[in-house]
Amino acid sequence: MSGPAAFLAMGGYARFVWPAYGTGFIVLGGLVLRSWLRYRASRQALEALDRGERARERAG
Amino acid sequence: MAWTISRFANPGRFLQLSGKLLPWCGALALLLMLVGLYLAFFVAPADYQQGEAVRIMYLHVPAAWMSLNLYLFLALASAVALVAKHPLADVAAQAAAPVGAAFTFVCLVSGSLWGRPMWGTWWVWDARLTSVLVLFFLYLGYIALVDAFDDPGRGARAAALLAIVGVVNLPIIKFSVDWWNTLHQPASVLRMGGPAIYVSMLVPLLVMTAGFTMLSAALLLLRMRTLLFERGARALRINAAAVEPAALASEGALSGVKG
Repeated sequence: MSGPAAFLAMGGYARFVWPAYGTGFIVLGGLVLRSWLRYRASRQALEALDRGERARERAG
Repeated sequence: MAWTISRFANPGRFLQLSGKLLPWCGALALLLMLVGLYLAFFVAPADYQQGEAVRIMYLHVPAAWMSLNLYLFLALASAVALVAKHPLADVAAQAAAPVGAAFTFVCLVSGSLWGRPMWGTWWVWDARLTSVLVLFFLYLGYIALVDAFDDPGRGARAAALLAIVGVVNLPIIKFSVDWWNTLHQPASVLRMGGPAIYVSMLVPLLVMTAGFTMLSAALLLLRMRTLLFERGARALRINAAAVEPAALASEGALSGVKG
């Protein structure tokens, strides 16, 4: 066994090494994604409210 | 000094500054983590006793360090929020808690997956593992307490108090491996007499730690901006011009939105 197969086998520790890094990727990646989506929603909501506020100011 | 701090701690200025910093922190985090992973998997040698399983260290140890550093940050920000009542301190603390909880979770799971082949067990109720589990619950308790009251101010105060009391757990975690004889190995990097670890293993460890630090900074800025926007939107909805967060939604905040 050599090359990519040997690398993936991790000297027999594949079933410990890859789940560890997989957990790290999913947890941290998930946090980044969730944080970004909530950030975008909050920014859009604030911008929409601000546009409404300005429109009212112009009208009034 | 106090003037400088309060200048940057002004929410409007913070939004402007964080808008500029955020992309750099994110890019640097990605770059450092990719380099760290490359070093961890292709440059660092296998351990003479642990074989390839030692590569879990490059995830486990930086995650553990981040879990401690972020808790210290959470507690300090909480103390500033309670004592100085600074408007950004609460926001910083609340933004940090989920990030710290995530790193603590990664530390616990990767540690368990490392412990199984090396110690022959997924878990042991020794001082180090138990105190890190307590740290995880402290983060979860903080997050739950913030939202537990109808009045957000009361929730923030109760959570801040919990965060400060929980600091007592940090030295327990750090010194648990010296005070009690356990399966967990003692410190080999941050110890008296310098690191007891080869440079080929130390460098990937430090690069991954730098990557996680930049990732935490990026997440912190992103989540702080989110909380400020949400507060600004709430204030606009109430449309109370005299309320402080409303000022936030005016010029300073919006130049930050675009930045």
